[in-house]
Formats: sequence, C-alpha cells, structure tokens
Amino acid sequence: MKKVYSHIESIKGSVITVRATGVTYGELAEVKTRFGVSLAEVNRLDEDMVSLQVFAGGRGISTGDEVRFLGNPMRVSFGDSLKGRIFTGSGEPRDNGPTLSENLIPIGGPSVNPTKRIIPREMVRTGIPMIDLFNTLVKSQKLPIFSISGEPYNQLLARIAMQAEVDLIILGGMGLKYDDYLFFKDTLEEGGSLQKTIMFVHTAADPVVECLMVPDISLAVAERFALKGLNVLVLLTDMTNFADAMKEIAITQEQVPSNRGYPGDLYSQLASRYEKAVDFADSGSITILAVTTMPGDDVTHPVPDNTGYITEGQFYLKGGRIEPFGSLSRLKQQVNGRTRADHRAIMDGMIKLFSAYRDTLEKKSMGFQMSAWDQKLLKYGELFESEMMDLSVNIPLEGALDKGWEILAACFEPQETGLQSKLIDQFWPKKA
Amino acid sequence: MTNTKGAVTGVNGNMVSVRVDGTVSMNEVAYIVVGGKRLKSEIIRVQGDIVQTQVFEMTKGIKVGDPVEFTGEMLAVELGPGLLGKIYDGLQNPLPEVAAQTGYFLEPGVYLEALPRNVKWSWTPVAKAGDRVERADLLGTVPEGAFTHRVMVPFTMYGSYTVKSIKPAGEYAVTDEVAVLEDESGASTRVTMMFQWPVKRAIDCYAERLKPVEPMVTKTRIIDTFFPVAKGGTYCIPGPFGAGKTVLQQVTSRNADVDIVIIAACGERAGEVVETLKEFPELLDPRTGKSLMERTIIVCNTSSMPVAAREASVYTAVTMAEYYRQMGLNVLLLADSTSRWAQAMREMSGRLEEIPGEEAFPAYLESVIASFYERAGIVRLKDGSKGSVTIGGTVSPAGGNFEEPVTQATLKVVGAFHGLSRERSDARKYPAIHPLDSWSKYGGLLDASSVAWAHSFLKRGTEVGQMMKVVGEEGTSLDDFLVYLKGEFLDDVYLQQNSFDAVDASVSPERQKASFRSCVRILGSSFDFKDKDAARAWFNQLRQRFLDGNGIEWGTDAYVSAEAELKAFIDERVSGLDKKAARIIESLE
Repeated sequence: MKKVYSHIESIKGSVITVRATGVTYGELAEVKTRFGVSLAEVNRLDEDMVSLQVFAGGRGISTGDEVRFLGNPMRVSFGDSLKGRIFTGSGEPRDNGPTLSENLIPIGGPSVNPTKRIIPREMVRTGIPMIDLFNTLVKSQKLPIFSISGEPYNQLLARIAMQAEVDLIILGGMGLKYDDYLFFKDTLEEGGSLQKTIMFVHTAADPVVECLMVPDISLAVAERFALKGLNVLVLLTDMTNFADAMKEIAITQEQVPSNRGYPGDLYSQLASRYEKAVDFADSGSITILAVTTMPGDDVTHPVPDNTGYITEGQFYLKGGRIEPFGSLSRLKQQVNGRTRADHRAIMDGMIKLFSAYRDTLEKKSMGFQMSAWDQKLLKYGELFESEMMDLSVNIPLEGALDKGWEILAACFEPQETGLQSKLIDQFWPKKA
Repeated sequence: MTNTKGAVTGVNGNMVSVRVDGTVSMNEVAYIVVGGKRLKSEIIRVQGDIVQTQVFEMTKGIKVGDPVEFTGEMLAVELGPGLLGKIYDGLQNPLPEVAAQTGYFLEPGVYLEALPRNVKWSWTPVAKAGDRVERADLLGTVPEGAFTHRVMVPFTMYGSYTVKSIKPAGEYAVTDEVAVLEDESGASTRVTMMFQWPVKRAIDCYAERLKPVEPMVTKTRIIDTFFPVAKGGTYCIPGPFGAGKTVLQQVTSRNADVDIVIIAACGERAGEVVETLKEFPELLDPRTGKSLMERTIIVCNTSSMPVAAREASVYTAVTMAEYYRQMGLNVLLLADSTSRWAQAMREMSGRLEEIPGEEAFPAYLESVIASFYERAGIVRLKDGSKGSVTIGGTVSPAGGNFEEPVTQATLKVVGAFHGLSRERSDARKYPAIHPLDSWSKYGGLLDASSVAWAHSFLKRGTEVGQMMKVVGEEGTSLDDFLVYLKGEFLDDVYLQQNSFDAVDASVSPERQKASFRSCVRILGSSFDFKDKDAARAWFNQLRQRFLDGNGIEWGTDAYVSAEAELKAFIDERVSGLDKKAARIIESLE
C-alpha cells in the first residue's frame, strides 16, 4: 500500500507541491479534495519536494488534502471496447458508459525509429475537391488546418471524418466549446460513424491540465490500433488551445518564457505529438489532421509558425473555403502521379488560371479596363469558386477532374489553357 | 567508469540534478540507472556537490535517489573505417541496428557500437618498426568504398612515439591490434584502427589552415554563379517554412563536387530523412559510379527524438567530417536545421534558470554558433595534401523574420548567405534564393565583375517592376521596360532551376559558363521594338526557347541544333552590343 501524504506545501495555479520520497518523475497521484478525487501528475522533483499538476485544477484544494501516489505513469485502457465511446482528457467516461480499466497502456511513448519508416504512398480520399484534387491528403501525413476563429473548421473536420476511407477515427478535442462537442457527437451519430470513432474531449469548461493530456492519450490509442493493422485518422482540434494550456502551466511554474509567453520547448512539444503520424510498413497507419487557430489571422504567431515547420503542409481555411494559395500538401507528389493521367496537369493548370483571375480582379478593382481575356478569366474564377472551392461540393476525385475540364471548356479555347495537347485530345469535353 | 558515486536529487524535464561523492569533470558522460536501464547524460553544470546533467533520453520513471555512474570521459564518437554509408542518431547509435534490436520504436537506454566489429578490413601497413610518429601520422591504409581510408595514430595520443611493431598486410577488424607504439618513457600502447574523440573539441592535427578559394560546385546555377561557396567555407540558408530549404539541401547533397557528404538532420521531420534514406542507395554518384550512399553519412535526430541528443548531433556530424578531412578529402556537412539545435540549447538554458538573452536564447548563443562554423576550413595536412570541411546550415527563423537571434548570429560568421524568400517560393520560383538579399564573400566560377554586371540587371529590373506597379505599364518608358524584361529573363532562365527535371537539376560548370554567355548577349544587346507588347511577346518566345534548351542534355546533337536555332532567333532581332557585355563574352569564349 502506498503512503498517503496529508500536507500540501504550496498551491500555485493548478500545480501543488508535497514533501514525499520514493516518487518517480511522471508518476500519477490521486488528490482527495472535498469536491472529489482528482488525478495529478508529477512534473518536477527536487530533493523531497514533489510538484504535481492537478488535473482538476487548484481551485478549492486545501493544504490538508490527501495525496496518494499510484506508482505508475498516466495510462489509458486499450481495446475494442473503446470504439464508440467518449472520454475526458484524463480518460474518464464522458458518456454514460462504464469506466474501463483493463489492458492499460502508457501514453507519450518513444519515437519511431526513422529507419523503420517508409515513404508515404497512398492517398486518403475525402470527397473535397480542394483537398483530393489540389492538395491531396496522404496516408500517414500530418496536416494542420490554419484558420481564424469563426471559420467552419470543425464542420470541415467532421466532414472529413465522415467521408475519409479509414478504419478508425480518433477525435481529440481541446478547449472545445460544449456546442462544438455536441455538434461532433451528433454529426457522427447521424452519419453512422460513431461506432468507428473514439473521442477524447476536453471542453473549455474543463480544467486546463486535462487539455494537455488529450493529444498524448489520443495518439497512444491510435498507435496501438495502427500496430494492430488499422488505418487511423486522428483529428485534433484545437492545437492552439493545447499550446496555450502549456503556456499557462509553464508560467505558473516560473519557467523562462521564450516567444510571446510560450515555453522554449514549444517546437519540441508540438513535434513529439505530430511526429506520431506514421505508416508502419507491415501494419496500419496514423494520419493526423489538426486545427490550429491563428490569433489575428497571423501566420507568424508562434503556434502556427512552429506548426508549419513540423507538419507536411497546411490547409488555409479562409472565408469558409480552402484557399488554393498558401495551402500545401507536401506529400501530394508522392501520390498524384498515380491517380489519373490528367491529375497533375489539371492541378497546376487550373491554379495558374485562378491566379491570373485574382490578378484580373485586382485590376478590375483598380478601375482598369477589362479585355476579352479578362472577361473569360472572370467567368472562370466565378465558376471555380462556386463549383470547386465551395465546401459543400462533394464529389470523388475523378468527378472533380471531369468537372475541372467542364469548367475549362465553358470558359476557354483549348490552347488558352496551357495544357498539353495530348491531354486535351483525350479529356477536353466534346461539344454535343 | 570512475570511482565517483552519485544519486539523483531532482528531475525537471530532461535536466536531472545529481549529488556526487568524488571528482567529476564538466561535460563528462554519466549514466543514470533506472530500473535496469542506463540512461546516458552529460554534465552541464557543477555546483558544489550537486551537478546538473542533461539526459539524452526521456526522463519519465527517474526517481530521487536513483544511482548514477560516471565515465570520466567527455561525450565522444568512434572514428575508424566503416563510418561511410551509416545512419546514426545524434549519439552515433546506428539506427538500422537499433531497429533490428528494438523494432519500430526507439527504446531508451539502448546504445550500440557505432563501427561494426565483425567486418574485416584489408590492411596495408605504411609505417615501419622504428619510425618516429606523432598523433595523426599515417600507420597504414584500408580501402573503404571508393576511398583509401588512412589509419592514423589516434588523435588523443599527444607526444611522440616510436613504432615498436606493426602488423603485416592482412584482414583485421577495427578492434584488432595493428601496431604497438612506445612513448619516450618506454611505455607501449596497442593501437587499433579505431579510437574515440570528444565531439565538442575540434580536431586540430593539421599543419595550417588555408584561405578557402576553390569553389565547391553545387551544379545549382544561382549558387555557383551568383552566390558561390568555397571548399572549406561556410554558408547558411535561412528561410520560412515551405520555402524549400530541405529540397535545396537534398539537391546539394546529391550534386556537390566533394568526396564525402555528411547530412545532419537535426530536429526536423523524420519523413524528409526517410526520402534520403530510401533514395540515396538507388542513386549513382557520377564521380565514382557507386551508390551515393557510399559517400554519405546520415546523422539523424529528428524533431520527436530527445532534445539533448539533438544538441549533440551537430557535433557528432562535424567530428566525423573533420576525421575524413585528415585523409585529404573534401567533406561537406549539411546541417538541417541549426535553429532546432539552438532551440535545444534554449530549452536547457531555461531549465538551468540562466538569465535569458534575446527571445530567451542563452547569452552564449553567438559564441557557440561561431565556434561550430569555425570548425569548417580547408587545411594543409602534415604530408602536404589538402582536405576541407565545408559547412552549410539551414536556419528556420520564427515567422520567417531574419532579424531573429539565430539568423543574425549565423550571418556574422558565415561566408555566404542564401536567403530564401516566401515571395519567391509562393511564385514557384525555385530555388527561392532571393537574388537581391543574398550575398557571398567567396569567388565563384566566373569573374566577379562579370557577375556583378549581370546582377545589376536584376536590381534595376526589380526597381522598374516596383515602379510599374505604381504608374502602370503606360507610364514606363520602353527603355526601362526593356531593362525590366531583361531582368525577368535572367531570373526565369538562369536563376530558376527545375530540380525535378533530370537534366536541369544539375548543371555542370562548363554548361553554366555557356549559358551565362548567352544570357549576357541578351542583357547587353540593344533592341528595336515598336512597342511594349512586341517586346514582351519576343521575350516570352525567347524565354520558352531557352527553357526548352535547359531541358536538353548537354553536348548532344539535339542540344547543338537547339543552340544554333536559338542563336539564329536572337541574331534576327538584336542590334548592337554593349562594350562590357562584349568583353565578358570574349573572356568566356
């Protein structure tokens, strides 16, 4: 039986310290307060002074409360019984199901040996042309959605979750509004995807320490399923809240802040989560899609900036649409040469013309005269925006490619598109 | 192991405090014993009987009172035949062998031998019994891939020795004795083909350091012609994310005109290393006809691997580079990215509660960066041959802003600056090296004044372009407009290069000279166009022809005829040639 400590030396924010011996770094403890029992994790050892971050936060903790060390690090139950369930950031049921305690696995495990990785090779179909056609999502990719608050990023995530051809979806919610949590739950339920979904949700009302656990717990479970041969899609929303939770804890523990108050290890912390995305050569895979909200639409803010250096591209969500400029899937070249012969050509050609359309729009707004070519571009741009960029468009890649040719044919003569004649002969829609 | 005993007194992230009983030295390696595993760490501060160590592994599970063992040795790497073609982590653990032992994941506490012990090398002795030798003097040689690997007196053996015995030619493993050396007091030392050297000390067994003058050809036009790098020099590539730093490094690692390339993937994406790992064994080195992997060493400590080992990885890499330099070889070290290395220092500095400098980087950031880049250099060895280490480091500035401390500290010490710009990468102008911001202090393939003359068109062209944005094309004179077109032309056909095109990806110095000569002809010619549309249309055609030509293999019949057609196309239009241009063309004939 483990010793119980009944004197808390200090309480700062959600971090408490007790004098104890024989405690290991990263160990869990239970803190019994008058509001119930909360878990806490050891995050600093100094002689016999043990600092713990209390999952339920520091509010209402008394110096006389009991602390009992559990002798093990943070773990989560693993098994098929997780499917269809909803948990909090500390792994407690959020639905009315039973607490799971068998087959516990540690979280935040070691990194994958780079030599055991393989070059990604399969696309993940989402039914969204701006992704499938222009910035293909690839199995084992890690991609954030950069957007400002108020954009429909959670709707986008939910749609991808519903449509992506994967075996299992793990949703990690951090600082989620309760409404958004219900939205995810309802959408997945209605779409019949709930049975292949596991949710770890920290809502904005929950204690901040639980927010820190969400990515690790989600990814630890994902990793086990991937090792059992499943293709897992992990959705994390919103990683900026995760970074802010880290900032909060770091500052209460008097760590020297580096950039805008964030701790100096922000990059390493984010990277150790995102790098969990992997394709195991003879087993399953983990693909990560994460939302990063950019305060003030500022991509140089430390969170999106560090994220951009870690992830394999990004989707910019702006004005309710995925922007073709600035969005990038670094891995698309690995797969889009093997889909359909016209994929790369349509991808480049349509974007070049769309870029010309944006220039024309600028000219138009400055009051310059519109030439016949400009008029064509204007028509093209409008069609492109409504039939390709609009998030409600839902067609498979091949349909999107055909649609691309239709739009081109509706606006231009074949030679104006700059596409190879060979492709034009094959794909240009024949006039009826 | 020394007799010093220690026990853990505190844990904060990857920093562990230890109470010691006995003597310890700064930067000594210590092992923390946790549940049967021994976690490697390095002493980074000594205060009375408490020392702080940075642990090269995850620290979960360590508790106060855990025993600590001290080695008495600084963090060191093994040097000897067998390094080439290897893939190491930041502490020189061979990753494929680690994978064979622990599977998919990097389990803490697994340290394997860097050099294979079971490989036999075919040894040819050079020194003879009775010879007087000093450290780094040649004892014998073994063939390693395409190179003759020199087996030298270990660099750690200071003083002079007499060769007492030396093994005859034959097959030996790295741990077998190849010679016995006797020092002045008569004590003898067994010498094998391998020895250890502390990574944070520069290897200094050469006669003198020389000035870097000979260009290191990268086969990337904008670098070789406009912003060259010299063998033994240093350069940095700062750029925001997505600007193509890593692609540029990969292209350089393939094409650079050096003997050995060491890639230090430091705190970056694992996926990028994987591409190199899988592709290099398939690619042929045009210089030796063997696989590129045989001239490459990869040190990879990717972003999710332990941070302290990331800090060590650049030193591990540069030490191996210096070792091969001692064999009279030209070595290129590519570090991607030095910002992640600096951030690792920042994390540790924060945990040590040092007073932070700018953006919380430690105050010693600049001196550490400077001393790292200073390990590059071209040297004359004691036997008169020359060897060099060239260092190219990428920098990932926060927010793409070059004013930040790591970029600034790096710019102070490097000889060339290849600044990548978001603006150019967004416009798909690759390599996205900004032609107006970048600079180089080294001499390149071409004479500096010719390059400066061509460069002036880029500058003036950009100025005209800026002006046109305000006053419109109508308000620009035809002469200015021509300068603008010429600048754009040079940018499109010469500065930009398609790294995915088999031919255009690597351009030989001869071809660069020929191509530059053709560009100079256009830049220096007068034209007589009736209006701007006509000028633009002609330049568009010219550009297309030039770009098509860039994709044709050098020296083939197709190339010769394309060249002749292009010349005819130009001849038809130009009138008069600037004197300066004529002189440049003449000098390149």
